Amino acid sequence: MGNRLFGPLADVAADAGYTEPPRRMGFFTDTSVCIGCKACEVACKEWNALPEPDAGMMALTGMSYDNTVELGANSWRHVAFIEQERPVPAPAGNGNGHAGAGAGAQRWLMASDVCKHCTHAACLDVCPTGALVRTEFGSVVVQSDVCNGCAYCVSACPFGVIDRREDDGRAWKCTLCYDRLRGGLEPACAKACPTDSIQFGPLDELREAAAVRLADLHASGETGARLYGHDPSDGIGGAGAFFLLLDEPEIYGLPPDPVVTTRDLPAMWRWAGAAAAVMVAGIGMAFAGRSARPGG
Amino acid sequence: MAECHPVAFGWVVEAKRRGATVLHLDPRFTRTSALADHHIPVRVGGDIVLLGALVNHVLSGRHEFREYVSAYTNAADILPEDFTDTEDGAGLFSGYDPGSRRYDNTTWQPTGERDETLEHPRCVFQVLKRHFARYTPELVEAVCGVSRQDFALLADALVAGSGRERTTVWVYAVGWTQHTTGVQHIRTAAILQLLLGNMGRPGGGIMALRGHASIQGSTDIPTLFDLLPGYLPMPRVEDDSLKAYLTRLPDTGFWGLKDAYTVSLLKAWFGDAATAENDYCLDYLPRLSGDHGTYSTVLDMIEGKVSGYFLWGQNPAVGSAGSRLQRLGLAKLDWLVVRDLALIESATFWQDSNEIATGELDPTRCATEVFFLPAAAHVEKEGSFTNTQRMLQWHDKAVDPPGDARSDLWFIYHLGKRIRAKLAGSTDDRDRPLLDLTWTYPEEGEDAEPNAEAVLREVNGYGPGGRLLNGFTELAADGSTSCGAWIYSGCFAGGVNQTARRKPHTEQSWVAPEWGWAWPANRRILYNRASADPQGRPWSEKKAYVWWDEQASQWTGHDVPDFERAKPPGFRPERGASGPAALAGTDPFIMLADGRGHLFVPSGLADGPLPAHYEPAESPVRNSVYGQDDSPVSKLYPDHAITHDQVGGHSAAYPCVVTTYRLTEHHTAGGMSRTLSRLSELQPELFCEISPALAADRGLENGGWATIITARSAIEARVLVTRRVRPLRLSDGSVIHHVGLPYHWGTAGLVRGDTVNDLLPFAVDPNVLIQESKVATCQIVAGRRPRGPALTVLVNEHRRAAGLGDLPGGPERGNG
Repeated sequence: MGNRLFGPLADVAADAGYTEPPRRMGFFTDTSVCIGCKACEVACKEWNALPEPDAGMMALTGMSYDNTVELGANSWRHVAFIEQERPVPAPAGNGNGHAGAGAGAQRWLMASDVCKHCTHAACLDVCPTGALVRTEFGSVVVQSDVCNGCAYCVSACPFGVIDRREDDGRAWKCTLCYDRLRGGLEPACAKACPTDSIQFGPLDELREAAAVRLADLHASGETGARLYGHDPSDGIGGAGAFFLLLDEPEIYGLPPDPVVTTRDLPAMWRWAGAAAAVMVAGIGMAFAGRSARPGG
Repeated sequence: MAECHPVAFGWVVEAKRRGATVLHLDPRFTRTSALADHHIPVRVGGDIVLLGALVNHVLSGRHEFREYVSAYTNAADILPEDFTDTEDGAGLFSGYDPGSRRYDNTTWQPTGERDETLEHPRCVFQVLKRHFARYTPELVEAVCGVSRQDFALLADALVAGSGRERTTVWVYAVGWTQHTTGVQHIRTAAILQLLLGNMGRPGGGIMALRGHASIQGSTDIPTLFDLLPGYLPMPRVEDDSLKAYLTRLPDTGFWGLKDAYTVSLLKAWFGDAATAENDYCLDYLPRLSGDHGTYSTVLDMIEGKVSGYFLWGQNPAVGSAGSRLQRLGLAKLDWLVVRDLALIESATFWQDSNEIATGELDPTRCATEVFFLPAAAHVEKEGSFTNTQRMLQWHDKAVDPPGDARSDLWFIYHLGKRIRAKLAGSTDDRDRPLLDLTWTYPEEGEDAEPNAEAVLREVNGYGPGGRLLNGFTELAADGSTSCGAWIYSGCFAGGVNQTARRKPHTEQSWVAPEWGWAWPANRRILYNRASADPQGRPWSEKKAYVWWDEQASQWTGHDVPDFERAKPPGFRPERGASGPAALAGTDPFIMLADGRGHLFVPSGLADGPLPAHYEPAESPVRNSVYGQDDSPVSKLYPDHAITHDQVGGHSAAYPCVVTTYRLTEHHTAGGMSRTLSRLSELQPELFCEISPALAADRGLENGGWATIITARSAIEARVLVTRRVRPLRLSDGSVIHHVGLPYHWGTAGLVRGDTVNDLLPFAVDPNVLIQESKVATCQIVAGRRPRGPALTVLVNEHRRAAGLGDLPGGPERGNG
């Protein structure tokens, strides 16, 4: 058996010990049709009964229409808003009528971010209590009643998704609506999305749909379109929640080449083992040397 | 659309996935623009120039759908010689009286002659051509700031998307309607759709997107002062008999059955008391004596002429234009009933409004007694919604309302019951209307909730013996039928609540006639006779919808034909015929007296038979199309002290354009969103959107504060500097800066902020009395606004610079 902390993995639930698990489920978030309505954010908070914010703390960020800012313990979906000005293609110019002619065409990117439910989930790997588990659907879930608040997972996540709640100290994140899945329902965010920007389903089907959509967009001239997190051979073994983006991942605040932070754990253990062996040997030699030292 | 109708916009996204081109015309680059193929920024208030130039493009390029125009519109009607157009009348049509600011439409009436060749110089088609000839791409560039390339893109897409094989739909929301020329914006689009053959056909039409759920329903069975259910007009004081009242409606076409509609309505309301002898109790109805719209009512309040007021799910202290005046008006009432989900500013103004700080209102002296009565939300009651497609959809109750919250139906029914109990035994004639009302509905449960389906049955109508009617064609004028709204008759056909139908689209035709129920007669597209050619054949295979079946000698198709089923295409009416029989087999627009689509509207409009561009009541520029700057007939209420000089006109003291709008995250005046933390946190503060150029010019910083000043008030807002708002350069070299303001905030709720509607005047369209909240002029400066009386000082400084007097206060300092 190969390295289970890195690389492609055909059946993540079986690998976690489930016998005959259901198909791996996930999200395909097609940001090219996101209208930034934030219904996903609200539906998620409502269904999962996330703590209500303190009205006194609510303030405008000045970052376009984004007042959520980031994923966190109490925000499991986050819609990013990126205002861009791009060079105008010559014929379809927005030119004469606008003051400051030569100004570029406007683009307003919107993208609903979420936990990636990595094939190789560092948060799960580092959890010392077993609070983080792989579910039969292939998703990664925190069991809040087991979490001891050590926050190893927080520093382990390559996306900065999982977060500790200030008041109770425990770690929280998207569950892929595990409870809804158990009841045969789709996650709340996908259910609420009015444009099907958030699609939920068997991961292999979503990957096929995404490939078709990407080809369509390329054919229509949207050459910057790309998939993110769809590739099983990437640094996290492919995400259970992957995206279609219209620009570089960094533009959306996503790491360009995420790698599971526990990738090097075996090697680290090997090196640590070797180092320990060397040290033991050194200590032994020291004692040996000492005992051998004349005149001691 | 994506901003305010995200769920409906899902279908635009679906169309785009299937290859549709989406063009977005909007002053700002919004969430809709983000998904459109092309966004065309346009100066607010320039819509008629832009749309008029499209009309000119169609006509001068001979792109009109000639057969459709000839057969189905009034293009061939010949106008009288004494009709003069704005071209000849310096921006005014014939019949204008400057004293009353009204038109007399006598000279607009067609002569009765027609020229089917459309060549006669006084035929509608030629008048239309001349009228719009000056609306050129160059004018669009000059007035709207839209480049010629962008205009060409729009014009080409429109023409390419219309004809036998294709149809184009226009979708608008309040960006078109909330202007002093709002009705004429829609009119210009209607002219385009008629010229291009896009009415009564699948994929065509003009779709009105409303402010919130069931606004269509609230005009069908209206909350409007000048209409009765089914678009019957409210009687006027001079209507002294049923016969006189009925002359308000046409004799020909389907309005020809007006007596049946009216008598059945009165029978539904007054039952056995309504008889032929007493004109079916028409006298019980109140009479119109003038403008009783919301704005004139508020002015009456300020002047002490209104004692009591009901507010149902409406928050004018935040949501109506000139909201300072709204609050001053509420403060002059004896009593006020507010029914809403939460305590809104219209219920709390007396203790938390700005006017307390400015000294205009004293809570210890405000005599208005406010009754706040909690209302049930839509999931807490059953009933129907009517959407923009005129489709009724029934919804069940999901949960009981909390605490003392009750449905609107419960409230009005039990209020009526109690009043009737108090009046019982009265012999006073003025109590008869209330005592004669049919006011018995089954009551259910502990709270005695009236049965909503029983109300819908009454709306559907009953025939002799209490049989539920199957449709409005069964209505009679002899008192044998009753019907609460003739257009809704048939919604309970066969004794079944047709509006509750939920058959999946996979189990029926693509028109989906068994999902809900659409008025009239479950027709999904109005005037769909126009989807076939004059001979009754589909214009094309692809756009086939309703057609004449020669064998069966009847109209058939995918939808319910909006035509008399057995009237053949070749039918010609006899001279002097009335009602539907007066329409030919080629007259699809069956609610119009002549059955034809009106390119030229001889009656029914207060501001002209054709659309003409006027600048808004306040505009930084003069009208470059006509000598007349703003609408000659808009209502600005100059006769009232508090509004007599409320408008800054074209003053340089207010150099920027202010436009107001909504955000996806909030609901109108905030009563349903600022009270909820999950929505409040998404857009927690009032902000203004401005361009980097304006920010640099005024020293405004992103995230900082700005004060926006108009002739009515001044407010403060956080600053959002964005390239999505662009300065528009007009061809005279002037640069127009827009200040964008979402209007959701007020003094109550979880998140609070200044009330944007304080900035706007009482300036309304003369046809429907809708306020001009999409455009006014303002000044914008850095920093927060002054507090207390200093606010009035600041506003007055600018008013004097604009040549206006000091801001008038409410009489008696706003106290009761």
